[in-house]
Amino acid sequence: MSARLGRIAPGALAALLLPANSHAHLVNTGLGPFYDGVSHFALTPEDLLPALAMALLAGQRGSRTARLALFALPGAWLMGGLLGLALPTISSATALTTGSFLALGGLVATDARLRPEWLTGLALVIGLLHGYLNGAAMSQAKLGALGLVGIVTTLFVVVALAAGMVVALRAPWARIAVRVAGSWIAAIGLLLLGWSFRAA
Amino acid sequence: MTHARSRACTRTAMTVAATLWPALAWAHVEESRAEGFLAGLHHPISGLDHVLAMVSVGLWGAQLGTPAVWILPVTFPMVMAFGGMLGLIGVPLPAIEVGIALSGILLGLAVLTEWRPPLSAAAAMVGFFAVFHGHAHGTELPAGASGLLYSIGFVMATGTLHAIGIGIGVIHRWSWGRVALRVAGVLVASAGAYFLWRAFA
Repeated sequence: MSARLGRIAPGALAALLLPANSHAHLVNTGLGPFYDGVSHFALTPEDLLPALAMALLAGQRGSRTARLALFALPGAWLMGGLLGLALPTISSATALTTGSFLALGGLVATDARLRPEWLTGLALVIGLLHGYLNGAAMSQAKLGALGLVGIVTTLFVVVALAAGMVVALRAPWARIAVRVAGSWIAAIGLLLLGWSFRAA
Repeated sequence: MTHARSRACTRTAMTVAATLWPALAWAHVEESRAEGFLAGLHHPISGLDHVLAMVSVGLWGAQLGTPAVWILPVTFPMVMAFGGMLGLIGVPLPAIEVGIALSGILLGLAVLTEWRPPLSAAAAMVGFFAVFHGHAHGTELPAGASGLLYSIGFVMATGTLHAIGIGIGVIHRWSWGRVALRVAGVLVASAGAYFLWRAFA
């Protein structure tokens, strides 16, 4: 080891390790707003579970309905997000999260036979509301629309994979497993309802 | 550069690394959220009375066959979550420990005798006792935990216990398995009787 290297090594090590202290999340790690959006669903079960439930519900009703939801949900999420970025008046709504869990989980658990247009309408409403909250939060965090594009891209992939998987299921036990997953989501919604009253 | 100086540099570098390294390990963890999930995951398995009742629901469902095998485990977590909500918002429920103990006795007896009531009656019985279990969990929830992640962990653990019961119940297809399940029913009912005695003690 040269004397020069020995002198600079501790400083270089400190410079290498120190930045990790101040950046807890992808939002701040420098990967950029698009990847912040891509990682959003991994860090936010408030949005992931309703999106998954919506995909399961659409998959239960067959390929035509699943295809409609595949474009309706991310499209509405994007529109809602843009609206939230422009008019960020509300940034959090526990009632919406709880309501989404209860409604979508309950519909999946009961294997509700919704007509395709009703289910598409539901996807539009869920997408608009959750997207709006995402956009409002991103506006307050000074993140641009690129993060929203990351969120919607991941949402499209999540819905495509989950709904496609359910459409392909043929074994009765596998379709029952989907309904059980829905009941779990509804049960989580019920507990969340209790938590919200407890917090209030 | 002397050997002593080299060692001094190495020590300095190690000190710097030791000082700064722990921050790296926690870079992506939101501590309260992880705690909430793990606490929720742990809570349903923290008491033998709860565990036995939930596994028994799976065992009984497996004995009854389709559609009870999935209706009972779907009913229990949903009604239990409802009971948990009542506990969270402070709605009182009388004789909770007695209800939990009775659930062990009756579910154990149902497994022992392979009782086959109408499906609605079986679901109602399971749902009735699920309220007591959920309420007990709801009132014992720790303050400050992340509500959503706690709930996810809680429901996952409960569902997994049912799945374990159903998995064990698969042995019902063999004659020795049916005997083993009946023995399990005796054990659960006996444990329920012990919990009932303790509730009144």
